[in-house]
Amino acid sequence: MKVVADIPSYVKCRHVCGASLAANRCFKFRLNVKDVNEEEYFAPGHRGCAGCGCTIAMRLALKVAGKNVIVTHATGCMEVISSPYPETAWRVPWIHVAFENSAAVASGVEAALKALGKKDRVKVIAFGGDGGTVDIGFQALSGALERGHDFVYICYDNEAYMNTGIQRSGSTPYGASTTTSPPGKESFGNKTFKKDMPHIVAAHGIPYVATASVAFPLDYMEKVKKALSVEGPAYVHVHAPCTPGWGIASEKSIEVARLAVDSGMWILYEIENGKSRVTYKPTVKKPVKEYLRMQKRFRHLTEEHIDVLQRYVDERWAEVFGED
Amino acid sequence: MHMAGVRFLQGNIACAEGAIAAGCRFFAGYPITPSTEVAEWLAQRLPKVGGVFIQMEDEIGSISAIIGARWAGVKAMTATSGPGFSLMMENIGFAAMTETPIVIVNVQRGGPSTGQPTMPASGDIMQARFGSHGDYAIIALSPNSVQEMFDLTVEAFNLSERYRVPTFLMADEIVGHMREKVVLPEEVETFTAPLSKKGARYYFKPDPKTLVPKMQVFGRGYNVHVTGLTHDERGYPATNDAKVHARLVRRLVEKIEKNADKIIKVEEHHLDDAEVVLIAYGAVSRSALAAVRELRKRGIKAGLLRLVTLFPFPEKLLAKLARRAKLVVLEMNLGQILREVQRCAKRDVHFLPKIGGELHTPREIVKFVEALK
Repeated sequence: MKVVADIPSYVKCRHVCGASLAANRCFKFRLNVKDVNEEEYFAPGHRGCAGCGCTIAMRLALKVAGKNVIVTHATGCMEVISSPYPETAWRVPWIHVAFENSAAVASGVEAALKALGKKDRVKVIAFGGDGGTVDIGFQALSGALERGHDFVYICYDNEAYMNTGIQRSGSTPYGASTTTSPPGKESFGNKTFKKDMPHIVAAHGIPYVATASVAFPLDYMEKVKKALSVEGPAYVHVHAPCTPGWGIASEKSIEVARLAVDSGMWILYEIENGKSRVTYKPTVKKPVKEYLRMQKRFRHLTEEHIDVLQRYVDERWAEVFGED
Repeated sequence: MHMAGVRFLQGNIACAEGAIAAGCRFFAGYPITPSTEVAEWLAQRLPKVGGVFIQMEDEIGSISAIIGARWAGVKAMTATSGPGFSLMMENIGFAAMTETPIVIVNVQRGGPSTGQPTMPASGDIMQARFGSHGDYAIIALSPNSVQEMFDLTVEAFNLSERYRVPTFLMADEIVGHMREKVVLPEEVETFTAPLSKKGARYYFKPDPKTLVPKMQVFGRGYNVHVTGLTHDERGYPATNDAKVHARLVRRLVEKIEKNADKIIKVEEHHLDDAEVVLIAYGAVSRSALAAVRELRKRGIKAGLLRLVTLFPFPEKLLAKLARRAKLVVLEMNLGQILREVQRCAKRDVHFLPKIGGELHTPREIVKFVEALK
């Protein structure tokens, strides 16, 4: 599936405003900083690292969802750091299930709410990390999407199994060093490219799929808002740095996340009812090397492997934004 | 190939080196505390010894991959902990049914469910024996030191190959994460399941003495048919034939039970004149040995039976001990091996469980035994 930057002007927003999607003028979902909910449903005091990108994703998503939400959560960093004994960071009903079935449990919760006639009043969000989504939780997610449950799945993607101490996942980028893709004589790091999960999800034909980044909080929140409003399954894949896992300083977290987008390593788009739209185009395309250089996990890469990555990014960039 | 000499190693790393020493050249795994270091170590080490490490998408994938690898002719292992062990159960039954020699390391943590990821327990013992559906038998070993994480991993491979059975190394978080001095030999004795003649019609026909059939390997001229369905001695499905099913499943159990005396290993400490016999395995057995020494100082004739092999269970030995001594079972669960001991002892068995992630202290054991008097 191809992401296209230009949407014909006749594609109108299907919501009340009816504005053209091409110009991104749909006001229903436009957010302004002053509109953002001041309430915190993901409480401070959790045990996330300083500079943790994923906790930002949790916190902002709940700000959009408000208090009438039930959260299901796969095993992972966010589950562990948000529920340190004897406390919890969750100010909404929350259930942590086994690693592989956040989406399946969310299916059950959603179906039960439907049976009780409460579906209109309560939203369901399923959270999973990249391992819990693209690897072990893939089957449960695919099933839930195919059955069409009305819920939002948010994958916070820090590009490896950080909870167990940085092992590669299907979402780890090419060349990255992890404990199970160690660089050395026999290896240059992770041999595979990142699994294109948003498009795999979109292939289920669900109403709404989006990619986001914690460096673009309003864009992310708008997407969560839209995801919550559609009927049927919606999926938001949010790119979120892990300071120890990526080998970056705490204060560089957002800078790195922004550079991922500005270099084309991560592209922000949404696919609404099958129509793709890029939501942010970097004004200047930064070289991938600049992004890699900021992180220890790529430090070992030789020019040859950096070129491979740059070519990979260039191809996707050309596909999405056209040659420039 | 494997590291040799005197070393100071973590238990999980000793286990990984044991696998390399035993001839394991394939590892498929999935990160899970407290076993991840086995995978991490082998991710670095296997490519250097001509082996392959792959990280799978989950534990179902991990055990399936090692089954596939063994049938392709490579000795293979996976390592996990409670939740991952639960996911593996269906294919453990498959490996037992298809007589696939594989090694599964379970570095146990507190359960049920996610439980206590960083704490030790022995809660998966009965799951190792009976976790998959249907009747079958397996071999399970229980290391109590970093040295044994190496030695028993080698032993697990040899047993799994000799009896063509999935074999478990039932470690716990303590031995997995502990660092100790180990002496790794240059050479270890290894065994590989012998291959049958090519073109034979009855690939699954057992040796009449050991009840174990010879092995075949994909891609070397054996057109062997491997199935989890009930199969006859050709390997072909015979699902509606009561006799075939009974013969097959009985043999799967009997090949372990009839060879039990050859498989079982225990450690006996001060048992000759013991009036109270402590029964322990894994990390607890080290506390128990300290307790036995202290009890002896205090004039109580205590002894320790340490189970190195958990399954097959040393039934005869237990029955013999039960006739002349009080039995005290020490476990980091609410009573699993206890049931096995009760079954064999046919008398009251004293029990001191401890769960929550802390090891029994020798003092607790001494106090408990003294109170029995």
